[in-house]
Amino acid sequence: MSRVAVVDAGGANFGSVCYALERLGATPVMVRDADGLRDARRVVLPGVGAAAPAMALLCERGFAEVLPALPVPLLGICLGMQLLFESSEEGDVDCLGLLPGRVRKLDGRAGLRVPHMGWNALQPLRDSPLLAGIDTQAQAYFVHGYAAPVTADCVASCTHGERFAAVVQRGNRAGAQFHPERSADVGARLLANFLQWNPT
Amino acid sequence: MLSRRIIPCLDVRDGRVVKGVRFRDHVDMGGIVELATRYRDAGADELVFYDITASPEGRSVDRTWVEHVARVIDIPFCVAGGIRSVDDARAVLRAGADKISINTPALERPPLVAELAEAFGVQCVVVGIDSVREDDGHWRVRTHAGNPDVMRAPRIRTLDWVVEAQRLGAGEIVLNCMGSDGARAGYDIEQLRAVRAVCAVPLVASGGAGTPQHFADAFLHADVDGALAASVFHSGALAIPELKRTLREHGIQVRL
Repeated sequence: MSRVAVVDAGGANFGSVCYALERLGATPVMVRDADGLRDARRVVLPGVGAAAPAMALLCERGFAEVLPALPVPLLGICLGMQLLFESSEEGDVDCLGLLPGRVRKLDGRAGLRVPHMGWNALQPLRDSPLLAGIDTQAQAYFVHGYAAPVTADCVASCTHGERFAAVVQRGNRAGAQFHPERSADVGARLLANFLQWNPT
Repeated sequence: MLSRRIIPCLDVRDGRVVKGVRFRDHVDMGGIVELATRYRDAGADELVFYDITASPEGRSVDRTWVEHVARVIDIPFCVAGGIRSVDDARAVLRAGADKISINTPALERPPLVAELAEAFGVQCVVVGIDSVREDDGHWRVRTHAGNPDVMRAPRIRTLDWVVEAQRLGAGEIVLNCMGSDGARAGYDIEQLRAVRAVCAVPLVASGGAGTPQHFADAFLHADVDGALAASVFHSGALAIPELKRTLREHGIQVRL
């Protein structure tokens, strides 16, 4: 079945993402530097941690140069999705710039806990092959203190005080702010959709 | 809207899930992966695995079962017990756990909380607190609560520790109210409310759940983000789907 390159950017969820892909019958291959992406058919960029050190690592290992030119489907997860955007307020760092927009800190207003941690509903905004079989108001597991804006690339949003991007898609690039590897059936469905996705 | 979380807690000893009443008289409840899978299928939002022998025996968590769980389970899980250092935590997180929970080691050396938050982010760092009301009316923490023979009572007020733990970088607090633990007579709402008032990060109630109403009370009256329970789930006395339906009837947001 399909071989998927999973970028090891030092995130603690690296193993969980690999296990989730294995449960779907895929063969995840750990990739530590940009050379490892050469024959990849699909690429997953997981991430847990902070934007600045993660970007520093992606630059150091050559990913920052290769990922923008990647011709195959790319899925960023959590911080990995945020890194697809132009920049992040977290450490005020330039990101990969594959999607327009700036990642900002979630506003912890009265009664709102930040980081946003737990199960929350997805609100589909338009049809996307990545969302096939996922119901409106289906819940996914989120853990994050920063969030990406709802732009034209956003195919599903989520609300925690404010609305932010939960799933994004532009060309062959996609991202999920939530953790599909920890979102039970909803997460498995998103990953399965990604594994079958043939962006044109 | 964020759902309130239902969290079965699995006490792990020698590779099996056990449960004792008030931390004593442990009874075998089943295999770790088998029980974890059953709870996942029933709709648990998260799982906590507490290695009850690691801390008293002065050893770290056995990582083998953590990895087994991570391979099979697709909901978040937290591992507690025997995590004393950044290296201990890294091993457990690398094995696939989403969070680590520290209790006694955090009270013995509070900077550990900051070290863990710095290394992995606050979202990974849960501080568990065993708390009991003392004769002067104040709630105070207990350490080494996993073993009644060595349990200690540092003169630290629970509310002070909750504030300090957040300042250091705790991303979540699990408050185990020892006075109500295992008795299935309800969570200690008064204590949870007091802690909620000084707790800006997610707060999880632990100790005393027996009926769906107990869970509803904790969510409605103490505004906790999650409710943890063990025996009431392990014994089959309460099924999670039924519990969640009841909570939804109370207008509480849950994941069905």
